[in-house]
Amino acid sequence: MTQASIPPRGKVADFVRRNPTIIIGGFLLLLITLAAIFAPWIARDPIAFEPINRLKAPSAEFWLGTDSLGRDVYARMVYGARISLLVGLTVAIITVISGSVIGLLAGYFPRVDAVVMRLMDGIMAIPSILLAIALVALMGSSVKVVIIAIAIPEIPRVTRLVRAVVLSVRDLPFVEAARSNGTRVAKLLRRHILPSTVAPLIVQATYICASAILTEAGLSFLGAGTPPEFPTWGNMIASSRLYLQIAPWTIFAPGICLALVVLSVNLLGDGLRDRLDPRISRRM
Amino acid sequence: MLSYILRRLLGVIPVMVVVGVFVFSLLHLAPGDPAAIIAGDTATQADISRIRTNLGLDRPLLEQFSSWGWATLRGDLGVSMFSGIPVTELMAQRMGPTVSLAFTTMLVAVVIAITLGVLAAWKAGSLLDRAVMALAVTGFSVPVFVVGYIMVYFVALQWRWLPVQGYMPMSEGFWPWLRHLILPSFALGLGYVALIARITRGSMLEVLSEDYIRTAAAKGVATVPMLLRHALKNAAVPIITVIGIGVALLISGVVITESVFNIPGIGRLVVDAISRRDYPIIQGVMVVFAAVYVLINLVIDIAYSFIDPRIRYS
Repeated sequence: MTQASIPPRGKVADFVRRNPTIIIGGFLLLLITLAAIFAPWIARDPIAFEPINRLKAPSAEFWLGTDSLGRDVYARMVYGARISLLVGLTVAIITVISGSVIGLLAGYFPRVDAVVMRLMDGIMAIPSILLAIALVALMGSSVKVVIIAIAIPEIPRVTRLVRAVVLSVRDLPFVEAARSNGTRVAKLLRRHILPSTVAPLIVQATYICASAILTEAGLSFLGAGTPPEFPTWGNMIASSRLYLQIAPWTIFAPGICLALVVLSVNLLGDGLRDRLDPRISRRM
Repeated sequence: MLSYILRRLLGVIPVMVVVGVFVFSLLHLAPGDPAAIIAGDTATQADISRIRTNLGLDRPLLEQFSSWGWATLRGDLGVSMFSGIPVTELMAQRMGPTVSLAFTTMLVAVVIAITLGVLAAWKAGSLLDRAVMALAVTGFSVPVFVVGYIMVYFVALQWRWLPVQGYMPMSEGFWPWLRHLILPSFALGLGYVALIARITRGSMLEVLSEDYIRTAAAKGVATVPMLLRHALKNAAVPIITVIGIGVALLISGVVITESVFNIPGIGRLVVDAISRRDYPIIQGVMVVFAAVYVLINLVIDIAYSFIDPRIRYS
């Protein structure tokens, strides 16, 4: 990337050229978010079914065909984005907040650390999808339970990350100085240590969002996620699996959409990582 | 070294205790009566109270935990509420398909991923490298069941090369066994390939920039031995670490893959238990899979010291 050979351009063009993944990921994500928000205006009723129109191939009337109950696949796909994005975003927020509080405390207080990190090792050993299945089996399926079930196994990832950052800055001179000035621990953690965790946390949050969207779809697909009456991509695929041969669009449309959303979130994460924090290694 | 292995072995205990406490408390923290949850939806009041006494759910929590913990350690994971068969026995019946699938997937994924990763690092910046990196990002993003159905649609339904679904035990012959595992292994392996290829490339890039590689190349060592014997061997530690971390990914994937391809393994056992609300099965599989994950990572940790003599343990 030689600077001299490139004619001067605006700041925006420069940013686009340097961060193609942020732009591609962000643009796709924006598009899908807008579709989810304005779903009632751009798609018909996702739940209404017309048995006469069962398993219709994609056409001008039904852009992506209809499913086995005669429901509009395009409409269900657009509405499905709502659940996926809601789960992805909420899980990311919950895990980042709870994981950083735990990580800050663990990193700063060695006694807390010993207990908390053993707990985190234990949670990480349980396969996340099984933990989620167990929670859903115990508490019944609802969007709320699904969000909690997906968030719990992701917390250790945030905790470890924040803890590592705290350990690396805890004894640096600027923290030492604040401490010797008599700053209280709560303020010390919030004002002097927390800022160092922000960049890696943003990156980690995007990866968690992507992985939460995947897990939600997997749980719905297995029948352990969002109740079947909700149009989610996992539910759509699960309810159409018997029609793969005669109506592949009923599976491919939500499947490809799901992959695109996760891909765009991951691309955004990769771009942010390269930009904000080149040292962080992915998914560790 | 011996003391390191011993310490590492002892380190498994607290992790498994935490897993135990966590799994045990899930049932008791959930709203509602644990006996009613275990009994399932169709149970009568008499069933529920029978289960309560049988499982000792009326005794103090600590006592319950220790008796459950000891039973689990002895290999007694309780009894399925649906069939009345011990969970351990059900899992043993379903072991074959799951172990087969996990094994073939791991083999396919490790071979493909390391090949791709090494090639990408060797030709860093080339078209091949970019293709591998694109595959790595995509592989992370496409869920197992989407890849699975796309592959079934084309390879099995349109071109009729491989069976659509099902499983054949090895006793029916090697080829029938393998034929049924090809599609599931590739579908499940894609995410794993992405993970390992990425790390292999990164680790190889680092090693390839070392002076001794340049020396080897200058001395006229052929490309393949140089890449494999000189570079890959020294780049192995992060790769093996990520193979261990990826086991968690693999275990979660197995559950979904078995549903896509209708493979009668432990994953199907769990999924069938969801709709029947057969909690003892879910609980048992959770404990066993967690133990498998911990053990595999233990073996990998110990393996480091043999692979890489540079690692010292104090």
